[in-house]
Amino acid sequence: MTTTLPRTDVVIVGFGWTGAIMAQELTDAGLNVLAIERGAWRDAATDFAPTFAQDELRYYWRHELFQRLAHDTITVRNTRGQTALPMRRLGSFLLGSGVGGAGVHWNGQVWRFLPSDLQARSHNAGRYGAAALPSDMTIQDYPVTYDELEPYYDKFEYLCGVSGKAGNLKGALQPGGDPFEGWRSREYPNPPLDMPYAPTLFAKAAGELGKHPFPHPAANMSRAYTNPLGVTLGPCTYCGFCEKYGCGNSSKASAQTTILPVLMKKPNFTLMTETEVLKVNLAGDGKTVTGVTYLDPSGQEVEQPADMVLLCSYITNNVRLMLLSGIGKPYDPVSGEGQIGRNYAYQITSSVNVFYDKEILNPFVGAGALGMIINDYNGDNFDHGGLGFIGGGYVGVLQTGARPIETHLAPQGSPAWGADWKAAIARNYLRSTTVSTHGAVMSHRGNYLDLDPTYRDVLGRPLLRMTFDYTDNEHRMSDHLTDRATEIARAMGGREIKVNRRVGSWDVVPYQTTHNTGGAIMGSSPSNSAVNRYLQSWDTPNLFVIGANAFPQNAGFNPTGTLAALAYHAADAIKREYLKAPGQPMVRT
Amino acid sequence: MALRAPGFGVGTMAINGLSRRGLLSAGVVVGAIPLAPAGAETFHRPPDIPWRPDAAASPTVPKRGDDFLYFTAVEQAFVQAAVERMIPNDALGPGGVEAGVPIFIDRQLAGAFGAASDWYMQGPWAKGETTQGWQSRMTPAQLYRAAIAAIDDAVQRTSSTTFAMLPAADQIAFLKRLEAGTASLSGGIDPAGFFKVLLQNVMEGYFADPLYGGNRDMAGWKLIGFPGARYDQRAYVTTYGKAYPLPPVGILGRPGWRGTEG
Repeated sequence: MTTTLPRTDVVIVGFGWTGAIMAQELTDAGLNVLAIERGAWRDAATDFAPTFAQDELRYYWRHELFQRLAHDTITVRNTRGQTALPMRRLGSFLLGSGVGGAGVHWNGQVWRFLPSDLQARSHNAGRYGAAALPSDMTIQDYPVTYDELEPYYDKFEYLCGVSGKAGNLKGALQPGGDPFEGWRSREYPNPPLDMPYAPTLFAKAAGELGKHPFPHPAANMSRAYTNPLGVTLGPCTYCGFCEKYGCGNSSKASAQTTILPVLMKKPNFTLMTETEVLKVNLAGDGKTVTGVTYLDPSGQEVEQPADMVLLCSYITNNVRLMLLSGIGKPYDPVSGEGQIGRNYAYQITSSVNVFYDKEILNPFVGAGALGMIINDYNGDNFDHGGLGFIGGGYVGVLQTGARPIETHLAPQGSPAWGADWKAAIARNYLRSTTVSTHGAVMSHRGNYLDLDPTYRDVLGRPLLRMTFDYTDNEHRMSDHLTDRATEIARAMGGREIKVNRRVGSWDVVPYQTTHNTGGAIMGSSPSNSAVNRYLQSWDTPNLFVIGANAFPQNAGFNPTGTLAALAYHAADAIKREYLKAPGQPMVRT
Repeated sequence: MALRAPGFGVGTMAINGLSRRGLLSAGVVVGAIPLAPAGAETFHRPPDIPWRPDAAASPTVPKRGDDFLYFTAVEQAFVQAAVERMIPNDALGPGGVEAGVPIFIDRQLAGAFGAASDWYMQGPWAKGETTQGWQSRMTPAQLYRAAIAAIDDAVQRTSSTTFAMLPAADQIAFLKRLEAGTASLSGGIDPAGFFKVLLQNVMEGYFADPLYGGNRDMAGWKLIGFPGARYDQRAYVTTYGKAYPLPPVGILGRPGWRGTEG
């Protein structure tokens, strides 16, 4: 028995960063918005209060804030020749769940993509020749430019109170900032965080090698900050439980700490939690969506009609809901046809540990985006001629807090247990740090998302299947970054280093990054994308698919700044254009 | 447990560690147990906004004391011996046994972790590639039971005794064979797979907050210099090269504080 409710203007599926942004913007436009979140309500004071937030076992290793895979997971394989098997435990990435989504346990790393990142195909083909791009590399230009997105990057940074130092103000390079970044219309809202010792050792060595270190832009507050919505965040206390944890102190930007105190009071907004959308409903002609069907907390199926539907959950769930709902044409990696599931991408990481004899680094002091970075090897900031790859990544020392189950470094050749291990970690814990690399992954024909033919979630629906591996491009790029990181690490003056390359196929077990992208990408026409430049579905124009699913390929930066900018860009277009002619495509082809 | 009358806004919460989100995620909700009447705590509309006074999802503290809840006597002997070899008691300080690691693992196996209650445990089952991760049908609790029996069986065949009764050097050698995957175990137990789980749980027991039964007297934290569940480190961000001056503290405090066990 399905109950049908009265129509509403907008249904938002998933209530993390993009859900909260879109709800705030569209309620401002006077629309009645219902957001549906399958996880629970949660806020700092209740769910990760400072009195118990510093709990490594509970929050990270027992996954308190993450998606419960018992409810649903994805299946994974490296190639089409393998049988995909369920990701039974979380590992490589930490899917979010609950109000605030993965934006509760993120680090607060707020980046803008480089202008050239947004024109990955035309820029690289132009500089290195079309032959430099392998035939199975399916990268394409974003259908928006950096200049178009700049106001929306700025808006998100001011919402979050990002702590940082501009490197390029309207074209004028600024000392102390990133000289490679795209232009900014104004300085960051807050100055950089105080810098602990290890990042300064990295910055000194990198600077002496002619690189350009600067403070990582951080949605961790360097001072108390009141954002444009009137919501105040407190200064960060560098407790070191930030990445993978919720901030008990309202010092890390999240939907809870920037938008919800305003949004939740609006009479034209409603949030339903612990309520799972089963599918987006299509009209009989398949050309519009009519709303959603959800399962309420008592187990009842309910149909909620709506004029507009916005998919705002994580990319894996946005793409899966489209496939389960029959929206668009599923991607076929053999023919290359179909758009839903195409161009899934990820990121590739590596690291170099540095061990000192005397320098006490106190690595437990930390914040999620606290550190010094260079972008000399990111994107196309360096000449790739003869290197055999495109793309790049950042290199730096991020001091996020060395929680000891996860981080107890020991030098090359140390055992993993026993008396010698004990002696090694006792000697090195306070005197070690890590230079990290964080590299792009381009899109490739064989990396994609579809529905698994075998495995089901607890409700009986097919799981999403992820077919993904790194290609030569990624391994060459990551090795290049690792070599550069090694050069800097050697110059940092430690006793010894340990190099941790990324080798072999993508492995679902070790944590890497929660930066999954693609699957419902944006593009210039229905023949190369699922959504247009306003994240509006080409197939059903009253459906918008918001998030990193829209990235045609990934860049060497954390995705949240860009996906939030794309959300604001879409919201602006909906308010200015779409509402004048609801249901019509905003891009004509 | 209702703290206020249901209505719009939030009227219930978890104060005993059994959260409603846990039930939903475990799938119990579907057509089985109504968690909440539709339109109650999960429906948020002004003026009933869901900030909850006087409520906190504080951690669930497992049973105190040295009585094992899950491990049998034979299993206890294995775990005590293995933990002593993996983190020995030596001149640097207490080892894993003194730090309560066996009790920690016991409490974990007796709880949600042991039952794999958060993991995807539906079939069909296949071994798969190593890059596809954990594919065992056994829960951690089942794995420990089967693996310890298989290990003692293997030791019995070669040495006519149990792992716990072997000389220390032989125990270390056997653990190395488990780690390398070269030990031959009956019952289809993957030696390296079990060792990875054991090693991870040993590290958890040595370094997790003492409230979970391990890391007693914060022995693991003291060994390396981790100051524990501290909330405000602003004074120590730019004290370059200087030793951190404060002793470690757990979520429940430390010995001497409010009479907690630490």
